[in-house]
Amino acid sequence: MSDIPILAAEDVTKHFESRDGVGRHVTVRAVENVTLRLHRGRIAALVGESGSGKTTLARLLAQFYPVTSGRILLRGEPVTGPDRRFAGEVQLVFQDPFASLNSLRRVEHNLRRALKLHAHPAGDEHVRELLGKVNLTPEAEFARKLPHELSGGQRQRVAIARALAVRPSVLLGDEPISMLDVSIRLDVLNLLARLRDEEGLALLYITHDIASARYLSDDVFVMYAGQMVEGGPAESVIQEPKHPYTRLLVDSSPDPERAAGSSAFTAAEKLGEPPSLVDPPPGCRFHPRCPFARDECRTEFPPRTEFPDGGWTNCWLHVTRPEDTPTP
Amino acid sequence: MILDVKGLDVDYVSAKGAVRAVNDVSFQLRRGEILGVAGESGCGKSTLIMAIMRLLRPPAALTGGEVWLHPRDGEPVDLAARTDRELRTLRWRRIAVVLQSAMDALNPVARLSAQFADVLKAHGYRDAGKRTAELLEMVGISPDRARSYPHEMSGGMRQRAMIALALACDPELVVMDEPTTAVDVVMQRQILSQILQLRDRLGFSVVFVTHDLSLLVELADRIAVMYAGRIVEIGEAAGIYADPKHPYTKGLRDSFPPLRAPVTKLSGIPGTPPALRDLPPGCAFEPRCARRFGDCAERRPELLPVGGGLAACHLHDRERAHV
Repeated sequence: MSDIPILAAEDVTKHFESRDGVGRHVTVRAVENVTLRLHRGRIAALVGESGSGKTTLARLLAQFYPVTSGRILLRGEPVTGPDRRFAGEVQLVFQDPFASLNSLRRVEHNLRRALKLHAHPAGDEHVRELLGKVNLTPEAEFARKLPHELSGGQRQRVAIARALAVRPSVLLGDEPISMLDVSIRLDVLNLLARLRDEEGLALLYITHDIASARYLSDDVFVMYAGQMVEGGPAESVIQEPKHPYTRLLVDSSPDPERAAGSSAFTAAEKLGEPPSLVDPPPGCRFHPRCPFARDECRTEFPPRTEFPDGGWTNCWLHVTRPEDTPTP
Repeated sequence: MILDVKGLDVDYVSAKGAVRAVNDVSFQLRRGEILGVAGESGCGKSTLIMAIMRLLRPPAALTGGEVWLHPRDGEPVDLAARTDRELRTLRWRRIAVVLQSAMDALNPVARLSAQFADVLKAHGYRDAGKRTAELLEMVGISPDRARSYPHEMSGGMRQRAMIALALACDPELVVMDEPTTAVDVVMQRQILSQILQLRDRLGFSVVFVTHDLSLLVELADRIAVMYAGRIVEIGEAAGIYADPKHPYTKGLRDSFPPLRAPVTKLSGIPGTPPALRDLPPGCAFEPRCARRFGDCAERRPELLPVGGGLAACHLHDRERAHV
């Protein structure tokens, strides 16, 4: 793992200007001071509920829109805007493979177009090589198919092949399996893992499925209402969550191994819902739902606390204040 | 027993001929029980419950079978043989439904209170306002929310309002079609725990349809697994998870990575479900099955007792022969 991340968001903030139901001007504080770094040959999972800012962060990384503040760095260099060179390095895979392919054109056309746009050789053999990489065999047969002749999983693999056509170093997957049938999801996850191992891709895997994040990723990052609240090695974040929100997410996830009646959910019942991003609570945005909230949580976003296992969290529960330290 | 479904068939009729989406489905539901129905898209699970509720719309048509409802007081009724007018006296009071998309199921231009009042007044409740408040409170929604329009509520709140509405007339059977697919995991958990608590308190029975088998193991008492229009396995939830008898059930179970157990490489199920128009003559799962043998491709297995439940798989023919 090289020290310079291939793609990084450094302290980025994104506010959207919008109008509310009666036409008043409002600011939606979608992402606040978030840092996320993607490394070669590693998969980072980004988890959180809808509206937590996961997709906004991915789109900032992909230069879909400019940051309000902060920087996006490609190999340590600030990125100035979306251009062909940037698109040649960073590719997105979307949630809905039924909407992301040109449905009037054959698979080979969809792939060849990406090859040509990025000035790569676009012969039949190159199209077949891409299809081979995503296990769509026999390649020649799949190349001739129209998107509607494919299943959801096959389409998503075509979408991934198209992303690979530009020979990117970073793949940003926004819920790439959530619309696929259960029995073929693992296929796509295993494919992503192989691309990490064999092609050395840096991957961002956005999901709300904690178990799949654990299965696929090396690192897990947790967002809540636009703030990054915890991150670190996947196993440590999921098995020993430090932030109360991460614990709530893990405890809420389906777990057939969980002994009946042992769950924390009865308590989850009265926890309410994530806040409005137009008028988010001050301090830690999770404090209105947090059973451990204290005074400082309501006024100030907590600093980062780092742990020996490489994990970290922004939570006042883990902040050692000077007055807590016994004086010798 | 509250529900006894016998040999249910549903066809989708088109110019190219009929396609059988639900094929000879039989099961029984005990009073107060939660039966989970799991399967992938196109397996017929939603069509099945729409047929039970008699809510099928063309081109879908119920073409065979019986759906016996056994009310707590009174004679059993075959829902499949009733006219719409007769069904009207059973709907809401005996049987109710919660649909997947609460946004589409609620009236966007009416306040919640008006939608609840509609149902309550039609079924003879005099004080609709009081009952509405009671119902909303039951699902953890503040009663003053009754004045809200659906678009003023979050997805989770709308879904809970749908559940409250289904319970308006104290039904004995509530059928739920993926009620938590569109909400986040935390809200999903809140909704599921509410369903369990309400069931314990009010004693209704539930048929709960979902693609998420991992969820059912925690929620349901028994689970039925559907594939290509048929039930291929049915049994106690814990048994289905711990010791699945059908290779498809096992494949489905192993398609969910574990939350806590050690991570090993999983592979899902190769291939895709067959087209209903063109089903193999034998077992519909045979082309994807790692354990196929002999005449799996020619002879369709019947749903027969194995262990404590039922499974439709030739792997168990021999042990049955020995019993």
